[in-house]
Amino acid sequence: MLWIAIRMLTGDSQKFYGLLFGIAFSTLLITQQMTIFVNLVERGASGVYNAPEAEVWVMDPVSRTTDVSYAMPSTALDKVRSVPGVEWAVPHLRAQANVRTADGDLEGVAVIGVDDATLIGLPKRMATGDKNVLFAPDTVVIDDVGVTRLFSNGASPLGERLELNDQRAVIRGIADAIPSFTSTVVLYTRYSNALNFVPGTRNRLSFVLVGISPGQTAEGVAARIEKETGLKAETRKEFARAGVDFIIQNTGIPTNFGITVFLGFVVGVAIVGLTFSLFLRDNIKQFGALKAIGVTNSRIVQMVGVQAGLVGMIGYSLGVVGTVAFIKGFGSNPFFKGFYIPWQIPLISLAAVVVILAITGFIAIRSVLRTEPAAVFR
Amino acid sequence: MDTTSIGGCAPEAAICARGITRDFEAGQTTIRVLHGIDTDIRSGELTYVVGESGSGKTTLISIMCGILYPTEGEVKVFGTDIYKLTDTELVNFRLKNIGFIFQQYNLIPSIDAAANAAVPLIAQGVPLAEARERAKVLLDKLNIGNQADKLPRQLSGGQQQRVAIARALVHEPRLVVCDEPTAALDARSGRRVMDLLREVAVAPDRACIIVTHDNRIFDLADRIIVLEDGRITHDGTEMPDDH
Repeated sequence: MLWIAIRMLTGDSQKFYGLLFGIAFSTLLITQQMTIFVNLVERGASGVYNAPEAEVWVMDPVSRTTDVSYAMPSTALDKVRSVPGVEWAVPHLRAQANVRTADGDLEGVAVIGVDDATLIGLPKRMATGDKNVLFAPDTVVIDDVGVTRLFSNGASPLGERLELNDQRAVIRGIADAIPSFTSTVVLYTRYSNALNFVPGTRNRLSFVLVGISPGQTAEGVAARIEKETGLKAETRKEFARAGVDFIIQNTGIPTNFGITVFLGFVVGVAIVGLTFSLFLRDNIKQFGALKAIGVTNSRIVQMVGVQAGLVGMIGYSLGVVGTVAFIKGFGSNPFFKGFYIPWQIPLISLAAVVVILAITGFIAIRSVLRTEPAAVFR
Repeated sequence: MDTTSIGGCAPEAAICARGITRDFEAGQTTIRVLHGIDTDIRSGELTYVVGESGSGKTTLISIMCGILYPTEGEVKVFGTDIYKLTDTELVNFRLKNIGFIFQQYNLIPSIDAAANAAVPLIAQGVPLAEARERAKVLLDKLNIGNQADKLPRQLSGGQQQRVAIARALVHEPRLVVCDEPTAALDARSGRRVMDLLREVAVAPDRACIIVTHDNRIFDLADRIIVLEDGRITHDGTEMPDDH
């Protein structure tokens, strides 16, 4: 009977494809929008992910994220280094500046000063060039988003000179970095260079990046730093979470994406519900005949369940494949760089599809179950 | 299953109906469609149930074949008091013992003729391939074996009706119920269908009931039951003169 159910469904190609479209479209909308949302808000933690060596971030107590920070006096570095459990501690500067390009355009950039000696604070990988180029005078390393923003004509940025707050800066490498939430151009340089590039107030130390001694935990060392220095110290995981939370709490992004995901669900219910009801109504005589012949209601429910399951499986697969194709297709776009589909998202959209089919199937099947077998004689 | 006899049933009765009453609710009003019908349907006979529209003939056969509960009364089909069965037992009883031919055929449009004819076997759990083979044998007997792989929309009305007949007989039921089998056919085709039904659906251990008001085929019946306003007004081998 289940074979008959499947043939009944696939035999009505118009409604079959309508159902597939409804499920696939819903899945695509839900999966794709949630993927973009998750990846976008994770950009709030890109500053943390781009400095992978740091296990603890130390900052002024009012600082909240890598981009919302209040500078500390340089003595903070020595205080942190004196805390037991700290293996190493290096200065980290993050500031905004304006850069004038060779074309004369003005572009806002983020300048990040990494440790002069160890270059801790640089992204793990370089897209072009070597990290050691930073030891050359006036050198900056640009992130790959910056390349597409400042050199959209396809010219190589290597060797290009920039005017950075009246200082000369020469690009000698390209870092493979996770873009920031705002896709701002980022220039990495040594801490001592950064102090020249970004003139400012007396205190300019944004963060102290800390590595912990063997046998210590990041949480333990962070707590000890807070207790002994009065500064704020967060583990890598906590500080990344703080960056994500800042985006969620201070932008309308969750609401906007939430509305789109909800609309995807509603569209799914509407299209699938209507099409499924029409399909069952069109076949009500056949179902009535089956009931008269001797097919039980529970078998009818199984038949409709198989039809819903088949539509759900194919439609869901198409939706997920569509999302993967979308992410892959736009992978070269800097906005989508590093985007991935967390495994939880397909599960959530699968649950949404199951709910859509359960709701619509329940509504649609009631008319079939209510049909008296005797109706086939009328 | 209760197989005790209802009073007055003929021993050879395939169906024994006693005191069948059926009411329908229409808003605040209750309409009595059948008024205490007592009748037997005998095996080996082609029995017509005849009457004007609204006379209650469809309601009567629906009750006699176990797809509509009576308001009052008892129905035994081959000795089984079918309305004392549970819902599931009743459905299984129909599946095993009764074949249906509907006026509009109600074939499933997306499966071929063989699969349509095999539906009762598939519902009984017979493997698809075996069910199709058995259905094809019957389609051959009905002279449409060469159409077995065609979808209903690729068949003529007469061919679709033969598929419906095959579906009613494929599981070798003891009771065959037909609803207006000739209503959509011309006189010649109608008689051919009736000849066919007599050939394949009437046997000493099998009963066949036909609901019709097609007077062109009355002469082919073994027995005619006439209903008027929910009461049997005639029960004999021929139609009364006033009809």
